[in-house]
Amino acid sequence: MYGLRRTGAFFVRKAARLVTLLIAVSILSFSLVSLSPIDPVQAYIGADLMRVGAEQRENIAAYWGLDAPPPERYLRWASAVVRGDLGTSMIYREPVAKVIQEQFFHSLLLMLAAWLMSGVIGFLAGSLAAMKKDSWFDRFIVWYCYTLAATPAFWLGLVLMVVFSVWLGWFPVGMGVPAGVLAEQVTWLDKLEHLVLPAITLSIVGIAPIALHTRQKLIEVLSSDYVLFARARGETPLSIYRRHGLRNIAFPALTLQFASFSELFGGTVLVEHVFSYPGLGEAMVEAGLRGDVPLLLGIVLFSTVFVFIGNAIADFIYRVIDPRLREAQAS
Amino acid sequence: MPLLEIERLAVSFTRYRSRWGKEKVQVLHDVEFSVDAGEVVAVIGASGSGKSLLAHALLGILPENFSASGTIRYRGEPLDAERLKQMRGKEIALVPQSVRFLDPLMRVGAQVRLSVRGDDPYAAQREVFHRYGLAPETENMYPFQLSGGMARRVLVSTATVSGARVIIADEPTPGLQAEDVREALRHFREHADAGCAVLVITHDIESVLTIADRVVVLYAGTTVEIAPAADFTGDGSRLRHPYSRALWQALPQNGFTPIPGTQPQPGKWPSGCLFAPRCDQASPECTFSRPELRTVRAGQVRCIHAHSEDDERGISIDEAASDGI
Amino acid sequence: MNLRLRALLTVIVASVLLIVIAVWGTLIPVEQMETRLELRNLPPSISHPFGTDWLGRDMLQRTLKGLSVSIQVGLAGAACSALIATVLGLAAATLGKAADRLVSWLIDLFLSVPHLVTLILIAFVSGGGMRGVIIAVALTHWPNLARIVRAEAMQVMTADYVAISRRLGRSRRWIAWHHVFPHLWPQVLVGFLLLFPHAILHEAAISFLGLGLSPHEPAVGIILSESMRYLSTGMWWLAVFPGLCLLIIVRMFDRLGEQLRLLTDPRHARL
Repeated sequence: MYGLRRTGAFFVRKAARLVTLLIAVSILSFSLVSLSPIDPVQAYIGADLMRVGAEQRENIAAYWGLDAPPPERYLRWASAVVRGDLGTSMIYREPVAKVIQEQFFHSLLLMLAAWLMSGVIGFLAGSLAAMKKDSWFDRFIVWYCYTLAATPAFWLGLVLMVVFSVWLGWFPVGMGVPAGVLAEQVTWLDKLEHLVLPAITLSIVGIAPIALHTRQKLIEVLSSDYVLFARARGETPLSIYRRHGLRNIAFPALTLQFASFSELFGGTVLVEHVFSYPGLGEAMVEAGLRGDVPLLLGIVLFSTVFVFIGNAIADFIYRVIDPRLREAQAS
Repeated sequence: MPLLEIERLAVSFTRYRSRWGKEKVQVLHDVEFSVDAGEVVAVIGASGSGKSLLAHALLGILPENFSASGTIRYRGEPLDAERLKQMRGKEIALVPQSVRFLDPLMRVGAQVRLSVRGDDPYAAQREVFHRYGLAPETENMYPFQLSGGMARRVLVSTATVSGARVIIADEPTPGLQAEDVREALRHFREHADAGCAVLVITHDIESVLTIADRVVVLYAGTTVEIAPAADFTGDGSRLRHPYSRALWQALPQNGFTPIPGTQPQPGKWPSGCLFAPRCDQASPECTFSRPELRTVRAGQVRCIHAHSEDDERGISIDEAASDGI
Repeated sequence: MNLRLRALLTVIVASVLLIVIAVWGTLIPVEQMETRLELRNLPPSISHPFGTDWLGRDMLQRTLKGLSVSIQVGLAGAACSALIATVLGLAAATLGKAADRLVSWLIDLFLSVPHLVTLILIAFVSGGGMRGVIIAVALTHWPNLARIVRAEAMQVMTADYVAISRRLGRSRRWIAWHHVFPHLWPQVLVGFLLLFPHAILHEAAISFLGLGLSPHEPAVGIILSESMRYLSTGMWWLAVFPGLCLLIIVRMFDRLGEQLRLLTDPRHARL
């Protein structure tokens, strides 16, 4: 097995990389925000003047280091962030960290469902297309993938909503939970009902890259010398796929799927907006629309971590599971 | 009865010339030879003569745009595509060129076990590894960890454990050190001595002559001569076809005489004898039609100038022509 | 007909069509976009193929206008992005190790935050509107092209004439401009065309979210965003047709870029 020490070193290296990355992203996004005509404090207060008392105003000013030069303000904000204090969200009137945690949980359900669905379906479709290369099915898959790559995800969501919610009435129109129902009374079934269409939309879009990638890889594998030899040994197409195909395409596909967290996050933002699904994406849009700077910055940092974790897992799979890389490092 | 007989084997592929036009290009044609049990037959020829395709055609594993025609007989029974499918791996085994023919992500022991037809794959694989001097831990290695010699032995193992009666080795000694070459070829001889029919496809004439009983010479996709291995000796005068002689004389120890011109590409073959444009014995008759394979002195040759008696060298063209057809 | 000719034809047809739509959209007279309440909420018919909206405006006209705006914004954004990519890629390849490291670091940085998040952040900072969207699109789409430009430029830098020029005492900037850049422009052109579909989709997305163009600039994203309120009443045509047209335009530009890449790729030159 891959050495424990080596695995440890991998994680230490990745953690160091994450820290420098977060510093860079925070500096860049903070300076962008401070360059903007929108002053965080003004935005905070101006939007909802009535509810902000003098004391609170001072707290905000203290948090953002009003009047201080930008570098000092950054340092003040950054040191608060390091302590786990991302500030208070204007929209939710709650600490940003808490908002992100709660909203992300909703989004996570959606993302996980879509990620799994698109991964499994995309892998199967790509495999089948490659096994039946140049058949009508293969042509259809390729056409589908290229068309999907050109399809606005939010429009697809709208079309699905028209068909399944408005015409067929199978699913509710929008909202993560039924309107007018107390949060405690929302059942899992309700939640599931509201999850289906967004998850389907998100996975339809996500199928394209994984299917195309799997198809390409499997075609390469099937035209390789070792598959030729497998045929010479009398293996059937199915056993070739099972023994050699899966083995050689599964890890690249898994790697790609983990490395696609960035697209997944972006797609979630759009799909949540279409279906008014209350999650991190919708929170980000709201934060952007209403100038909730602490929340916006918090989500920028959070999404960076999210994407980084996906890439790190992809990298880990690649290094640890592929025997060529593993043994090459061990020797 | 020969174990494996090949008659008028032809292989062609379809190529798209443009969006609408397709053309068929012949790569192999009129390939004929047979292999007996207990015999090593070498198929030699320069690269581009269609050697690898021959191996693939015999196993029925040609790429999709290729098609084969002709007759392949196993124990006298003609093999169609369906029979061929059932035979490969069981009765006919391939020993491929290089380690690239092993799944890079599968341990080599497991890959050898895939070829075993008996009940106990582990026992069979361990026995053959022991026999070929592969350390027990080799079975847990991945292909990229094998040295050239080890890879050879693993590849031969796959054929050995399959229990196949016909073994086809496609270019089995590329880039190996002399010692490994000798060892690899010795394994093939052992298989033949144990009653298998062994076909070794190679461009390394010199090495393969040490184990071969008969030699099939391929030129521009066809059999130009079938000769006992013993005929490859001295200045090559016992060989029947001018190309075989030229090939023999092009070897470093036999004078290093290059053959003028180049082998014609598939699809650009001359209408008459394929070797005529490069042949120093070519006469006008040679360009009329392609010569048939005929028996001359315990061998076969596709040349109108070849003759039966050794002392008739320098025979006139007229006589050769009348003699030939 | 060979593949080259086919590719060339695709390129010509697609570009002409796009230019026609872009120009036509800007030329649509204002009176045709006027509200006519007696023609409200009409489903598609012969006189109104795409139907009419809640104010009686013809959806076909609105879609054309919207596509025109989207194409213009997409082109501007993609062009700026291609420019950034070229400058950075060229700088990385020609101005020495430090510049190279800085550019690579920047590329990694921009790829490590989700595209849409960066877009929202920049659109938010620049205050939305046409300018904001173009800036946001320009600042987010360059990394991949910059990588390609850098790799290509590195290739050119190894050529003999560059070494000779160096020995003649030419400055790095002179070499970058006179020797390297002329080799890059086919790549840059193709890169720009392949950027465009992403640019237009992201423009539509950000406008749809309400952070991009304002309702006074009726791009497709705005039309779709506005349609949301009316979908539950069954007015499907408000969303279906404009989005479908956007899809077709994006797919066409994708094809255009791919075909041009085939044309300029030396590996396919013999086709």
